[in-house]
Amino acid sequence: MKQRLVLVGNGMAGVRTLEELLKIAPDLYDISVFGAEPHGNYNRILLSPVLSGEKKIVDIMLNDDGWYASNGIQLHKRKKIVRIDRRARKVIAEDSTEEPYHRLLLATGSNPFVIPVPGHDLPGVITFRDIADVDTMIAASKNHRHAVVIGGGLLGLEAANGLKARGMHVTVVHLLQTLMERQLDDVAGGLLQQSLVERGIEFLLGAQTQEILGKKRVQGVRFKDGREISADLVVMAVGIRPNIELAKHSGLHCERGVVVNDTLQTYDPSIYAVGECVQHRGQTYGLVAPLFEQAKICANHLAEAGFRRYEGSLTSTKLKVTGVDVFSAGDFSGGDGAEAIVLQDPTRGIYKKLVVKDNRIQGAVMIGDTGDGAWYFQLMREGTNIADIRSRVLFGRAHLGDSGHSGQHTAADMDDGMEVCGCNGVCKGAIVKAIVDKKLFTLEDVRAHTKASSSCGSCTGLVEQILASTLGGDYSATPKEKPMCKCTDFSHDEVRRVIREQHLTGIRAVMDSLQWKSPDGCSTCRPALNFYLLATWPAQAKDDYQSRFINERAHANIQKDGSYSVIPRIWGGVTTPKELRAIADVAEKFQVPEVKITGGQRIDLLGVKKEQLPAVWAELNKAGLVSGHAYGKALRTVKTCVGSDWCRFGIQDSTAMGIKLEKMTWGSWTPHKVKMAVSGCPRNCAEATIKDFGAVAIDSGWELHVGGNGGVKVRATDLLCKVKTQEEVLEYCGAYLQLYREEAHYLERTAPWIERVGLSYVKQRIVEDATGRQALYRRFLESQKYFQHDPWAERAAGAEAHEFTPLRAIVDASA
Amino acid sequence: MQIEAKKLEPAEGWVEVGALDVIPRLGARVIHTPGGDVALFRTADDEVFALRDRCPHKGGPLSQGIVYGKKVACPLHNWSIHLDSGHAVAPDEGCAGTFPVKVVNGVVYLSF
Repeated sequence: MKQRLVLVGNGMAGVRTLEELLKIAPDLYDISVFGAEPHGNYNRILLSPVLSGEKKIVDIMLNDDGWYASNGIQLHKRKKIVRIDRRARKVIAEDSTEEPYHRLLLATGSNPFVIPVPGHDLPGVITFRDIADVDTMIAASKNHRHAVVIGGGLLGLEAANGLKARGMHVTVVHLLQTLMERQLDDVAGGLLQQSLVERGIEFLLGAQTQEILGKKRVQGVRFKDGREISADLVVMAVGIRPNIELAKHSGLHCERGVVVNDTLQTYDPSIYAVGECVQHRGQTYGLVAPLFEQAKICANHLAEAGFRRYEGSLTSTKLKVTGVDVFSAGDFSGGDGAEAIVLQDPTRGIYKKLVVKDNRIQGAVMIGDTGDGAWYFQLMREGTNIADIRSRVLFGRAHLGDSGHSGQHTAADMDDGMEVCGCNGVCKGAIVKAIVDKKLFTLEDVRAHTKASSSCGSCTGLVEQILASTLGGDYSATPKEKPMCKCTDFSHDEVRRVIREQHLTGIRAVMDSLQWKSPDGCSTCRPALNFYLLATWPAQAKDDYQSRFINERAHANIQKDGSYSVIPRIWGGVTTPKELRAIADVAEKFQVPEVKITGGQRIDLLGVKKEQLPAVWAELNKAGLVSGHAYGKALRTVKTCVGSDWCRFGIQDSTAMGIKLEKMTWGSWTPHKVKMAVSGCPRNCAEATIKDFGAVAIDSGWELHVGGNGGVKVRATDLLCKVKTQEEVLEYCGAYLQLYREEAHYLERTAPWIERVGLSYVKQRIVEDATGRQALYRRFLESQKYFQHDPWAERAAGAEAHEFTPLRAIVDASA
Repeated sequence: MQIEAKKLEPAEGWVEVGALDVIPRLGARVIHTPGGDVALFRTADDEVFALRDRCPHKGGPLSQGIVYGKKVACPLHNWSIHLDSGHAVAPDEGCAGTFPVKVVNGVVYLSF
């Protein structure tokens, strides 16, 4: 017989736990759900837009009756559980319905706090918590005029805005002088108040409610200082309290909430709890993102998978009042050693404040322009050192340069038809539709279903904004260190460390040592592991052929029609008539459909059939042409200008320098492709300042530049240092590439790598630490011994022949 | 070693296509047929599957992808396809046709 799981509380946290559970262990339990409300599970966060008339109830339903039925879940609506008989392991509802359980999940949520002043129980005094409250408010707005909202926090302001939109005259009463004082400082609170006043909402600040007046129905509110205002509707929105009544009565240990451990288990091992009713490590949470994290981990333990721990969440807040942008995260008040970086533009109604301690963001408050909220929150959660971007960080991510979506950074201003993801051609409307129809909650969900932001990732911020505005909150989970892929819980850095420390030299050994969850990995982790092994143990690790992408197996670049492109190496972009003739001959002999000059000063033969590749390479080899590795996560090209040999401005021999660099670095496998360039004078015709590594000649020697990128996100290089001789250029370049190979994550270009670890770190390792630099350089040269062989020559001579020949060609079906 | 055919005995006869050993483990080989290319995949534990060598997404040659478990990742845009059913891994939708295939005494037979 299946075990029985009973969920008490048919809300977002509880049902999300069931969804996560069904994903991993669909047949483990017979499940029943008890909910006090007469609805299925709905998105409580979106009650505000329902109140303001921007959405309807049907828009915010997450799980309708059909969902429960199709998953074999028995749903008891309008049945409040009043007792848990823990000895007999059963729950008892108000109407005496009983249900036995093996495991019980409590997700009883929270109750709005009602100030116990005289008159608080009069008709017309309500809270703002569920669909019934919204119905009451909408009804009141039709027959009554004056609404008073007690509480100037997030919920109170959203209620006020909704009631105003419904045509009522609204006064917000707040005990303190600053609105949303738990999320905003004085300045931000003032700006927020100003913009709400412009919308016609009135405020009474510093007002303590003494009594609610009225006989049969509420008529007014009186304050401690004697003031009175009239009211036909009073909404109490002064906070919530975890709903622990049931747990407490059943003898479960409760403090402010139901106390749980890192597996979301209560003091009774067969009872788990998630959501707003829970107290974990002294914290209670009232926002959705943490609840979903809890749901995921709790489901994992209910499924008896037995791993993952909940370690608490950082949260951010966004006010859901259309046209009023407010974002707040972390500790915005500062404290010892904290500093504030502030941007204030009263005319545009913009205020941005970052609280920074030891160059790490502790908190953020933004009014008016909240587009970068998700980015700051990410920097904060990941504890990124912002020393290197400090001077620009407040202007937002946009200054880093973006393309593909017309520099658009505010999703709210976009029409449904506007393209968000230029790579995959996904417009805003399609993303919103997928979020609503398919009930998506996370960035990963949206990527999986729509492909938006799944390619170059430059529109990630926009997609997050669309997600937040469609769902009404920031649902992104707190990333600790992200696991490498679904096959493991270990991060890239952890895997690399284990490979190094345990001296692992094969993919199987890594998977066994780290208890990989899939038998032979996936297309994400295998190429990464193969690279890490080769980069760490160049002499010992054996290249795993089947863990390489097709381009690195076929040593050519696969095209959309399944043909390949062939790009021979042209050292430093300098070629000869003999080489050109050979390339021309090959193109004619094999009837290559297209010959093209690339941006990296090479010649590309496009449309070569796979079976032709070894013969093409053999011909090219005859003229001394070798693989250009234009298909690999490897050194691609070293672009050069003509330099001092010819150019009347040239001050150093850039072509010779470029050729030396290319001779040293060709054949090296790197986390992602690496492009270099050398310019013979500061006019920089080789565009060295948008390359992974660039050298620019100056009178006294060379400027070395790192971390540039000319792709989706244009990033100019950072200046690493200046050196005098060509030998130094080689040493610094080799050391830098080796540092990148040893420490970057697979598929991370140098630009994001440097942004992640900081330029100061790279400078410290390469410039300041001379001994370390020389050691890196030696390791680079050592590993090059194993990798500098022409893969084309080997294959032209017959290696890996199976790759280039069909198993069989069947001409006639009757053969 | 013998592996059962994935489908019922086919209407067309079996065609011998080669030894199991010439397909790399976690790899694939291609068979040209009059009706288009067929990709033969071999898993880590020597199961063999045959799919039309066209990804349901944009026609990418699945034979060139990375094989893992009983799936292959298309080399063009990284869709994953179930080797046994030909269906794309959810939430992607689409299906690459499958062909009956069997291995008898280390020799692979295909019906198409």
